[in-house]
Amino acid sequence: MSSRERVLGRVRRALADVPKDDTPYEQVVPRDYLREHGERSVEETVNLLAENLADYRALVHRTTTDELPYLIMRLLAERGPQYVLVPPWLPPEWMSAADPTRVHDRAVSTPHELDKVDSVVTGCAVAIAETGTIVLDGSPDQGRRRITLVPDHHICVVRVPEQVVSSVPQALERLDPARPLTWISGPSATSDIELDRVEGVHGPRTLEVVLVSDQPSADVNS
Amino acid sequence: MSGTFVGMPAFPKAAHEAVGNQTLRGNLRHATHTIRAKRAKAVAEVSDWAALREAGKRIKDHTLRHLDRYLEQLEESVTAAGGTVHWAADAEEANRIVAQLVKETGESEVVKVKSMATQEIGLNEALEAEGIRAYETDLAELIVQLGKDRPSHILVPAIHRNRGEIRDIFEREMSEWGRPAPEGLTDTPAELAEAARLHLREKFLRAKVGISGANFMVAETGTLVVVESEGNGRMCLTLPETLISVVGIEKIVPTWRDLEVFLQTLPRSSTAERMNPYTSMWTGTTDGDGPQTFHLVLLDNGRTDTLADEVGRQALRCIRCSACLNVCPVYERAGGHAYGSVYPGPIGAILSPQLRGTASEIDASLPYASSLCGACYEVCPVAIDIPEVLVHLRERVVEGGQVVREGNKVVLQPAKGHAAERTAMRAARWAFTHPGALRTGQRLASRTRRLHPRTLPGPGRAWSDSRDLPAVPAEPFRDWWQRTNGGKGGAK
Repeated sequence: MSSRERVLGRVRRALADVPKDDTPYEQVVPRDYLREHGERSVEETVNLLAENLADYRALVHRTTTDELPYLIMRLLAERGPQYVLVPPWLPPEWMSAADPTRVHDRAVSTPHELDKVDSVVTGCAVAIAETGTIVLDGSPDQGRRRITLVPDHHICVVRVPEQVVSSVPQALERLDPARPLTWISGPSATSDIELDRVEGVHGPRTLEVVLVSDQPSADVNS
Repeated sequence: MSGTFVGMPAFPKAAHEAVGNQTLRGNLRHATHTIRAKRAKAVAEVSDWAALREAGKRIKDHTLRHLDRYLEQLEESVTAAGGTVHWAADAEEANRIVAQLVKETGESEVVKVKSMATQEIGLNEALEAEGIRAYETDLAELIVQLGKDRPSHILVPAIHRNRGEIRDIFEREMSEWGRPAPEGLTDTPAELAEAARLHLREKFLRAKVGISGANFMVAETGTLVVVESEGNGRMCLTLPETLISVVGIEKIVPTWRDLEVFLQTLPRSSTAERMNPYTSMWTGTTDGDGPQTFHLVLLDNGRTDTLADEVGRQALRCIRCSACLNVCPVYERAGGHAYGSVYPGPIGAILSPQLRGTASEIDASLPYASSLCGACYEVCPVAIDIPEVLVHLRERVVEGGQVVREGNKVVLQPAKGHAAERTAMRAARWAFTHPGALRTGQRLASRTRRLHPRTLPGPGRAWSDSRDLPAVPAEPFRDWWQRTNGGKGGAK
């Protein structure tokens, strides 16, 4: 008997005492929890995203589509990286004002090569306001998972309001499970020393999130 | 390598030693109190917590009820997405499968994401015996591994260490394993985290094989989920060419949508965050991104035996958040090592005796490692009634009876240590069913009450060590009732 049959057989015997129950799954679980917490206008949702991102030590910037290239230029200049990595299909205008040598992510770049890169600029798939989370799904403007992991500085551009949802349930609805997903809430952190949170372990220690909209925001702060 | 739990003394003995350790108690008190307040705040932020908790419980119960079906569905989805599924009935088989898979890659070292399942089966030691070195990459696991220590908490295995001790371990041991600790390392948490970053980076960059567990497996899509903070998980899950995930069969959820419940309850319950810094989700393999070979090892190792127990099976709902450890007054004082298992605290006290059986001294004593205060049940995000299971397991230890071990029905003998208790209970039963004898006995006790000792003799001594014996009244209640006509007679 294979281990597969052994384990499945044990499961069936273990459940022999349980009365038969063919209730469809949709009726088994009460989904009476909230789809989102509280009522907010679109603008308030975006503000909440900014607030929660900042609460977990992400640096948040707001700008317009027109100003975006200059903001990215400025953020990179402040950091002064020698190499900047971009995914294969980052909108070219985002980097049009930036100065450093751009390095496209090639499938062949080894982890060691990636380790020499200082900064990475990507888009995202969706952002969750209630938890201050950005989710990457490996689309061409986000690239392979490793490019937002090995460099120490990640600039992530979120298109607001269209990429912003309020809650975790709303985010899952938008995501495709077949894609490799990375949920990011602030820079790398740990609670392993005395159960107290400190930022900065293996992932990027600086996470900058740029909220970009077509309309100038009421409180542009960058 | 971290020490093993073989030959652990019973909980009372281990706990007795642990409570004498002032540093340990200080460290645990500090850490558990820090997290308690934060968790309460994080939970209070979501007004529908009770509904999320109920949904989580129902999802898990339903999954367990149809576990065979969901396991088959998961196998199908993972296979369709490019993964290979293996089945392991016990720890030994799981270790053998993993060692074989690593050998097939030709590698002799692996990087590991923190995983309770691989701790449980002693994978690192098994790989070591096969000449394969496993590097733990979670900060707390690294502290445990470098300190040749044992884990003492589900989420933060090095919770028993304070920052000063961690600094000393890094300074002393890091050079043995790779890049030494930086010169002049201080005990500030940020510097310690930086030291770990530097030490592990070279290992991540050269790793060809990664080993992980998983927090959730979605049957419908074949998606695995790892929830973490540091980014070591992402490193192990994306940089190596081969990924091997060892996951307990109870980690399944039926649908993609079910994650919306647990991704809200798990981070708030474990690290008291709205969301943990990193969550990775992968479905089989993806061309050009991440490991191109993916193996999933489905682990039983006592889970189906636990499933066979009508009361105890609810322990399989556990999502390993560790909230129950952080609120437990017994854990706070005794520490995690006293539980003699990788699963300490209240959840460990019901999980270990079910996964391993109650044959050993430590496992038979674990159901008693609790004051039954119920704080663990209250914070549990999947509503496991831990006190109920503890009492149920105490009954099993004392009275024996039929249980399932390794898939077979066996009959447990009543525990020997409880002979005196059983004798006392038998005597009580006899007395209460013989009113005449009871009356005579009560009168005798009243008349001789001045002669009663303050402590019990023989096996009762331990009980009366820390308790006063009840004072016997001058007159038995029933005599008083009769004499005073139920208190109406006016006489005292």
